[in-house]
Amino acid sequence: MPDVQQLLAERFGDAVTRTVFRDNVRYVVAPGRLIEVMTVLKGAGFDYLADVAGIDYLHYPDATDRYGVVYALANTETAERVYVKVFVNDPDPTVPSVYPLWKGADWMEREVYDMYGVVFEGHPDLRRILMPEGFASYPLRKDYPLRGRGERHNFAPVTRAES
Amino acid sequence: MKFPDFIVTQLDWVANQARANSLWPMPFATACCGIELMATASSRYDIARFGSEAMRFSPRQCDLMLVAGRVVMKMVPVLQRIWLQMPEPKWCISMGACASSGGVFDTYAVVQGIDRFLPVDVYIPGCPPRPEQLIRSVLDLQEKVKATGTVNAREFAARAEYEGPTSLVKQLAPDETMVLPGDYNTATRLRD
Repeated sequence: MPDVQQLLAERFGDAVTRTVFRDNVRYVVAPGRLIEVMTVLKGAGFDYLADVAGIDYLHYPDATDRYGVVYALANTETAERVYVKVFVNDPDPTVPSVYPLWKGADWMEREVYDMYGVVFEGHPDLRRILMPEGFASYPLRKDYPLRGRGERHNFAPVTRAES
Repeated sequence: MKFPDFIVTQLDWVANQARANSLWPMPFATACCGIELMATASSRYDIARFGSEAMRFSPRQCDLMLVAGRVVMKMVPVLQRIWLQMPEPKWCISMGACASSGGVFDTYAVVQGIDRFLPVDVYIPGCPPRPEQLIRSVLDLQEKVKATGTVNAREFAARAEYEGPTSLVKQLAPDETMVLPGDYNTATRLRD
């Protein structure tokens, strides 16, 4: 099994930044090179995409980018885990989809799209997954109010006489 | 003493007795209130004593909708459709804090009380309510049916007005919608 740190350093050099916090290994990649890095990682044994998460860094101290997408990868042979992060910004937050590598990315990327509005290019069916289809906002963005903009009450009531 | 082999009464009274003592619930259980609802049907509390033990998971065979738990906005059209599928006469019990008011779930997706979209006859407080409270609400509904019911359900025609609370729909201006992290004043205050 090749050493992942060495492999990524040889292959990508400065394009991949490695940090470690409490034994969690994180690699920060530009969105343009995400698929290459993920392909190398999958070839190095990280065969399981455990999670895809979105982050909105609005008002976050010292944050330089608005959105983050975090991929949690696991190696089912050695139980190693790595986290791959990409950062994107308004007005066009776009990340290439990793669906061709892990089919399990399908619904997880849809959820990130639903909650943050990050578009996954190449996803076969990028629709909302949790919110109703007519919903217009991205509710986990930090500039979206906790109680919504009134969407939860935009339904016609049924009165007793008509039902 | 010989009893007569006939009684004189009103059709309304007969219908009310029959309906009130066999309210078949449609359990619309979406959360932990549903567990209490199941407990109410069990032998310890035994809602069968009051004729409401026949829970039917098909709205077409029920005349009492029991909404137990929070309802999110995606569920509202489903809930309304199930309500419309129930045959007349029908009644609705809103069980627990979430179904009645949204409870602690004051978020963008959770409806703040089903009475904004459905006519509710009896509300049960509690989080979740005790089974005794649910039985009490069924008894209260029986009283309501006996007091107001008619054989052809014409009392419902008078309820043509919206019976819920005033609408919460409020379009916020873009600068009002900013919630700063850690600013619990902004995040939790009532937007008025």
